[in-house]
Amino acid sequence: MGGVRWLLLKDLQILRRSPLQAALLVAYPILIAVLVGFAISRGPEDPRVAFVNEVPPNTRINVGGAELPKANVKEQICKRVECVFVDNRDQALEKVESGDVLAALVLPADLVNKINSLSTLTPGVPEVEILVNEENALKAELVDDRITTLLAEANLRIARRIGKEGGRYLGLIVNGGRFEVLGESIPILGLQASARILETVTPALPPRLRPSLEEVTEFASQARDNLDVAKPLIDRLAQPIAVDKVVVGGESPPLEIFAIAVAATLTLAFVVVLLVAGSLALEREENAFPRLTRGLVSESGLLVEKVLLGIVAGLLVTLLMLLGMKLFVPLDLGRVGLWLVAIAVAAAALGAAGAALGAAAREVRAVSLLAFMVTLPIAFLSLVPSGAVGAGLFDAIRFLTALFPFKPALEAIQAALDASGPGIGGPLLHLAVLFLAYAVIARLALRRFATV
Amino acid sequence: MSAVRATDVVKRFGEREALRGVSFEAGPGELVAIIGPNGAGKTTLLSILAGISSPDAGGVEAPDGAVGWVPQQAALYRRLTVEENLLLFARLEGHEDPAASVEEMLELTGLRERRGEIVARLSGGNQQRINIAIGLLSRPAVLLLDEPSVGLDPRQRARLWEFVAALAGRGTTVIFSTHDIQEAERYGGRVLVLADGESLFDGSAEELRRAVRSEAPESADRDFETAFVAYLQHRGH
Repeated sequence: MGGVRWLLLKDLQILRRSPLQAALLVAYPILIAVLVGFAISRGPEDPRVAFVNEVPPNTRINVGGAELPKANVKEQICKRVECVFVDNRDQALEKVESGDVLAALVLPADLVNKINSLSTLTPGVPEVEILVNEENALKAELVDDRITTLLAEANLRIARRIGKEGGRYLGLIVNGGRFEVLGESIPILGLQASARILETVTPALPPRLRPSLEEVTEFASQARDNLDVAKPLIDRLAQPIAVDKVVVGGESPPLEIFAIAVAATLTLAFVVVLLVAGSLALEREENAFPRLTRGLVSESGLLVEKVLLGIVAGLLVTLLMLLGMKLFVPLDLGRVGLWLVAIAVAAAALGAAGAALGAAAREVRAVSLLAFMVTLPIAFLSLVPSGAVGAGLFDAIRFLTALFPFKPALEAIQAALDASGPGIGGPLLHLAVLFLAYAVIARLALRRFATV
Repeated sequence: MSAVRATDVVKRFGEREALRGVSFEAGPGELVAIIGPNGAGKTTLLSILAGISSPDAGGVEAPDGAVGWVPQQAALYRRLTVEENLLLFARLEGHEDPAASVEEMLELTGLRERRGEIVARLSGGNQQRINIAIGLLSRPAVLLLDEPSVGLDPRQRARLWEFVAALAGRGTTVIFSTHDIQEAERYGGRVLVLADGESLFDGSAEELRRAVRSEAPESADRDFETAFVAYLQHRGH
């Protein structure tokens, strides 16, 4: 093992002598940490939307001759987007065309009148106008999603308000009470009281009139019962489908922990795979491999040294990155022991994979290219969630990503960061199996390493 | 007593026979040149003597101890300094006092003043001297040099051979391969001629001249290199 120690020292010296490489190793995780940290801590910016309200002031939605309380649609919309208030449609159009706002929402002057006409015999179609500059597909999609959601929410609020008012009137008809109209308070008897009065007066009537009155009493009673049923139905009309979310599996960590784990694993994977594969290939390019393995260090010893180099660099860089993240997101430093275990085991498996790549590709340039070509797509595939692609394709992706240490490394780091998530044992075991498999592949590939 | 001995060494690469029963030995302090055209088997023979590859038949013995090997291309870490390279290999060789070994090699190579220089900034000749010094760190009884003067200018070459001759003068057996017939004639106390994996000649440079003259008399008046090529043709290579 003495030889391994001196080779490790030599590799660290070489790394120190390559200022660009060393600077990248330090600067890269810091840059990623700062970017991800900012992204997580600031949250998405609200899109700017121009808002034109041409509805005359104090116009209210009216149901059955009674004005509804304000639905506060404007306030609701402006809570979700940054409203830029403009006076008219032309100003809104100009702002959309200049790109100053993402879209404009125009509430026309007759909007409330048309909503009010819905409860008449000649209903109109209430419409709002949206002005959009769809200069690219992503922007168009974003506008569609945001505005559609906002309008759906506005519709829902209005429908709920109407439903509530309708229910109140039904209650008045069923139970009786007082109805305020044109400043006057009119008493309403209600079906319940009507039935009771009819039942009271029935015995006093001549027997030939009683069957007819009993029919009226029966009708009042049925009407009351059925209208009682109608009230919840009206309520449901506002939101016919209720959502009941049941989590059936896949304990997910908080989004920021997942984002940090992805950034840390991506950094770890690139640093370790590139460093180990590159430094192994460098032994060949410097013609040192045959000299070293001629009794100075065994081929297995050389592999151990390269994996150790990966672990040392991986621990340093990833730890630096996580501590950088801590400036933005509260990370539990009490779990730092688990962080170290997860990073070290992940770095060992990634290092063994890097050694296999380095031994197979043999030349530094080819190795760098190969490391990127393998690591990048595997990393992306590892992030594809179930359901995002077809079942067969997802199974293929799951199989493929299980063969490379990125996904178990991500799971291990996620588990180390998040106490409430799934355990770390499974991913560590997976990484240990991959470490052994790649170590064997690397050892076999070294047999033809020195040959041209 | 021989410092190294190869007996009926055969090496095959697939269908091709790179060495066909080559036998050869060298005594302590001898300077032996192995010459021959490309593909003759020079590097293969040296790598078998060095223990880097093993023969398919025959055997190699080096009774007096370690065999030092200096590959054709400098096996050095170009981003480390001269001193760091020597120190690394001294440590890997398990020297008790690696620093003292480094001083010894710096003295031997005459590169004491340049010990702190990054190897990549040294001339090819100086890189080759460090390369040889690393080969000497195992304190070998036999030193194998694979085409040590390739890429060196005449001045660098002269300094290299001065250094190598001094090693042989101290009792180290030096076996080197070369394409350059005049270099072999000038510096090799003995010359081994290989062609297509066969040993054609083993003797002194003067004996080789005589053999060339007798087997290719039509080239006797021409320069030695031309006469040597004619000799190889006469021998069917």
